[in-house]
Amino acid sequence: MVYLTRKLEFSASHLYHNPALSAEENRRVFGKCNNPHGHGHNYTLEVTIAGEPDPVTGMVLDLKELKEILDREITQRMDHRFLNYEVAELKNQIPTCENVARVIWNLLEAKIPQGHLHRVRLYESADLFADCYRSGAKGTAG
Amino acid sequence: MSESLHVALGRRYHFAASHRLHTTKLSEEENSRVFGKCNNPYGHGHNYTLEVRFSGPVDPATGMIANLAELDTFVNERVIEPFDHYSLQDDVPAFRELVPTTENLCAEVFKRLKSFPAAKLEAVRIEETSNNSFEYEGN
Repeated sequence: MVYLTRKLEFSASHLYHNPALSAEENRRVFGKCNNPHGHGHNYTLEVTIAGEPDPVTGMVLDLKELKEILDREITQRMDHRFLNYEVAELKNQIPTCENVARVIWNLLEAKIPQGHLHRVRLYESADLFADCYRSGAKGTAG
Repeated sequence: MSESLHVALGRRYHFAASHRLHTTKLSEEENSRVFGKCNNPYGHGHNYTLEVRFSGPVDPATGMIANLAELDTFVNERVIEPFDHYSLQDDVPAFRELVPTTENLCAEVFKRLKSFPAAKLEAVRIEETSNNSFEYEGN
């Protein structure tokens, strides 16, 4: 098994607010992330595909193809968007790193034509990230 | 795929500490041979980067595995405050006998963080420099 990882960056804004909680509770739970007009991040996404290299091409998955899938599914949907208001998949969810990573997993998993999606790691900043993976895979790249 | 989907939260922290690799189980010559420059008698320091990963269910009310402020307080109290700007073998009791390599440091940090109540500690990864990193999953 070989693990191939492709990285991409996108910038987006968001805010954390749960309408089921009072204004005070929202403030207490989410702190600055509850500021009403939102704020933004430069997100870094790492997508890891696991598979056996094709004996003819030597590739697990053609990187050009992966790049197109990531561009269509993630960049076009999320880059320079306000995640709460413009990404339908995040409607009624708090757009935390955990939830955005899970949405990205769900957008990508069925679209990988060769190999399979092994891990999605989404960095909201250099010091905060979320991993998504199937049981047994853990958060490691390989 | 039938296997269930897991979500883990990763957080990085930074601390600076000094250490000296030396063991009383070896002679002076053997210490010098085994540990090289890291055995220099007055020690030396690193800017360590600590990465911790916690897994668990995402709370639908908050979208989070664990409240970040609670996690930061927990890690700061148990690891960053007792380690930052200290000498590992002189100021951290676990390293009075144990060589403060980053392998041993990972295990000590894991021991200090595994009781975090809100989520399960999956792994501790420490970068001693940008070229060396060590990871421990508790087994």
